[in-house]
Amino acid sequence: MRKMLAAVSRVLSGASQKPASRVLVASRNFANDATFEIKKCDLHRLEEGPPVTTVLTREDGLKYYRMMQTVRRMELKADQLYKQKIIRGFCHLCDGQEACCVGLEAGINPTDHLITAYRAHGFTFTRGLSVREILAELTGRKGGCAKGKGGSMHMYAKNFYGGNGIVGAQVPLGAGIALACKYNGKDEVCLTLYGDGAANQGQIFEAYNMAALWKLPCIFICENNRYGMGTSVERAAASTDYYKRGDFIPGLRVDGMDILCVREATKFAAAYCRSGKLDTSSLHACSCVGINYRTREEIQEVRSKSDPIMLLKDRMVNSNLASVEELKEIDVEVRKEIEDAAQFATADPEPPLEELGYHIYSSDPPFEVRGANQWIKFKSVS
Amino acid sequence: MAAVSGLVRRPLGEVSGLLKRRFHWTAPAALQVTVRDAINQGMDEELERDEKVFLLGEEVAQYDGAYKVSRGLWKKYGDKRIIDTPISEMGFAGIAVGAAMAGLRPICEFMTFNFSMQAIDQVINSAAKTYYMSGGLQSVPIVFRGPNGASAGVAAQHSQCFAAWYGHCPGLKVVSPWNSEDAKGLIKSAIRDNNPVVVLENELMYGVPFEFPPEAQSKDFLIPIGKAKIERQGTHITVVSHSRPVGHCLEAAAVLSKEGVECEVINMRTIRPMDMETIEASVMKTNHLVTVEGGWPQFGVGAEICARIMEGPAFNFLDAPAVRVTGADVPMPYAKILEDNSIPQVKDIIFAIKKTLNI
Repeated sequence: MRKMLAAVSRVLSGASQKPASRVLVASRNFANDATFEIKKCDLHRLEEGPPVTTVLTREDGLKYYRMMQTVRRMELKADQLYKQKIIRGFCHLCDGQEACCVGLEAGINPTDHLITAYRAHGFTFTRGLSVREILAELTGRKGGCAKGKGGSMHMYAKNFYGGNGIVGAQVPLGAGIALACKYNGKDEVCLTLYGDGAANQGQIFEAYNMAALWKLPCIFICENNRYGMGTSVERAAASTDYYKRGDFIPGLRVDGMDILCVREATKFAAAYCRSGKLDTSSLHACSCVGINYRTREEIQEVRSKSDPIMLLKDRMVNSNLASVEELKEIDVEVRKEIEDAAQFATADPEPPLEELGYHIYSSDPPFEVRGANQWIKFKSVS
Repeated sequence: MAAVSGLVRRPLGEVSGLLKRRFHWTAPAALQVTVRDAINQGMDEELERDEKVFLLGEEVAQYDGAYKVSRGLWKKYGDKRIIDTPISEMGFAGIAVGAAMAGLRPICEFMTFNFSMQAIDQVINSAAKTYYMSGGLQSVPIVFRGPNGASAGVAAQHSQCFAAWYGHCPGLKVVSPWNSEDAKGLIKSAIRDNNPVVVLENELMYGVPFEFPPEAQSKDFLIPIGKAKIERQGTHITVVSHSRPVGHCLEAAAVLSKEGVECEVINMRTIRPMDMETIEASVMKTNHLVTVEGGWPQFGVGAEICARIMEGPAFNFLDAPAVRVTGADVPMPYAKILEDNSIPQVKDIIFAIKKTLNI
C-alpha cells in the first residue's frame, strides 16, 4: 500500500505541483506534531533556562526543512560559482550552520530585528529575500538585492541590517537598533550576531556595557564555529566560554546544530528581553559548529554526526511527521529553485555604468560625481 | 526721528524715569548670540520639532555638556532624549549609527573630534558608505558633532583638525560653521538631512557673540549644506577659509583695506560637498587666490581647492599661483609661543596675500 501510494505520488508530483502530492500524502495519516527532547543549555547568571522538551508541528517541521535545505543548496551553489570565478572577492558561506539562521528566525517575529557580520547569506534569506536576489547580488548583477553595489557582505532587507564587513562593528550597531526598539516602545527585540573571532573585539564589550546599563532589548549571539579567520579559538581567546563573557549579562550555551534547541533558546531570550520584564535585558547564546579550517577527518565527523538537516530529517521521519519521499520531493523542488536562481544570477546583466555614482546621498537632488579623471563625470541620483 | 525724540524728551525731563523711558525712542539693540547658544538653540528647536531626534555623548545630559553646548536640554527633554554615555566612543558611535539605521535621528556628540578617531570606523564604514553599499535601501540620518581643531594649550593629541580626513569620504557631508548664524543654520540643516553629517565646531568660538540677523531667529532658519557665503566683497584677491580662521581673514582684510587692497573673503561653511562655483566665480573676478585653514598642509582643504581651481575654468584667470595658509606641519606643541606659531595668524595671512599680489 505504501509503495503504491509512493508511486502514485511520484507520478502526480511530476504532472502537477505540490497540492496534489500533499493531498495524497495527507491521506497517509502523519502525526500533527511530536514532542522532542532537546539538549539542556548551560546557564550563566540564570536560574532557569529554556525548556528541555519542545513540540514540533508537522507544518513547522516541513517549513524548517525546506528553509534549511534552501540555505544549504544556495550556499553550495555559491561555492560552485565562486570556484568558477563568477563570484568575486569574498564569499563567506554558512552551509552546515543552517540551524542557526532558520532556528533564530523561528524564535522571533518578522517585526523583530536582526544584524550579523559577513556570513550573512543564510540570514538574508530567512529575513525574507529570495535566493534569486541573493545569488544575483553575489554575481554582481543589477537584479541583486543591492543592485550589485554591495556584494556578499552588504545585503539588506526589512528589519535586517546586513551583512557587515568590519569584524565586530555590527555589535554596537545592533545595540543601537535595540535602543531604537526601546525608544519606540514597540516591544521589539534586536538579535545581534557575531562570531567567535569577533568576540575578542573591544567594541563588543562597550556594547555589552551600554546595553546592560540602559536595559536595551538586545540579544547578543555568538556563532562559534571554533575558528576566527584561520585561527582556532584556543589560540585566540583567553576564555572560550563565550556565553559567559558578557559578564553581568545572563547567557546560554546552545547546541547550534539542533534547530529546535536554537529556536527554544531564542524564544526564551526574546521573552526575557521584551518590555522590561526582568532586571537585565540581554542574553548571550552561543556555540554553533561550522566546517572551516578543519582537517578532513574533522569535517567528515561533523558531516556525518552533526548535520542539522539530517538531524531534523531523522526526527521527523522517526516520529511520523513526514515521509522520506516527501522530504526528497522538497529536495528536488529546492534544487530546481536554486538552479533557476543561479541561471538568473549568471544571465542577468551587470548594473549599468551610468549608475556608478548613484546612491551616494539619500533624498538629495541629482549632482555630479567625479570619475577617474576630471573629464569623466557620473550623475548621482539618490 | 532723533529731533522729534529730542523735543519730546525736554518737557518730560523732570518726570519719573519710567515715563521718561516710555517716551524716549532708541533703536533696538542688535541681538547678540554666542556660537554656543546658537548651537543650543538649533538643537533645542529640532528636538522639539521631531520626536525621533535625540542627543547622546559624554556629559551631554546632567553636566549640561562638556562645553555647556547642551545646557538645559536634559532638564527640558529628559533621559530618553538626552543620553549620557560612558567613555566608549567606538561603542556609542556604533549605537548611534544603529539607531539611525532603525529610523531614529541621533545627534552623536564627540567631546572633541580627536576622540572620534576611536570611532572613525563607525563614521565611515557603518555610516557614510551604507546608503551606497545597500543600493539605496538603507539610509543613515545621523549627525556627528563636536569641537574640531586647535584649542588653547591642549597640545598635540587634543588639537587635530579633521576637516580633510572626513572631507575625503564620499557618502559623508561635512560642515564647518564659523559664526553663530552658521552654527544654528548648519546644525538644523544637518539634523534634518537624511545623510550622515559631520559638524566641525570650534571650541574657541563657542563663547564669541555675533549679531543674529532676524531671519536667524526663526525656528525654520536653515543654511543649505553645500553653499559657501561671501562674507566680504572685494576685487583684488579671493581669500577662502572655514571655521575660526574666517575671522582672522576678515581682520586681515580690514588691515589691508587701509592700504587699498580689497579682499573678497569667502566662508566655505561646507567642506563636503564643496561649493567650488562660488570660489571659481570669485577667482575669475579677482584673479588671485589664497586659502586659509587651521589643519595641516599636506592633503588638506587648501590643497583640494587649489587642485580643483587648476582643473576648472578659473585657472586661466589666475595672475599668480594659488597660495595656501595652513597650520604648521607639526604635531601641536604646548608652549604658548610655539602654539601661536603653529596656527595661521593674521600676520601670516596678510603676508601670503601680499606675496600673491606681489606687493
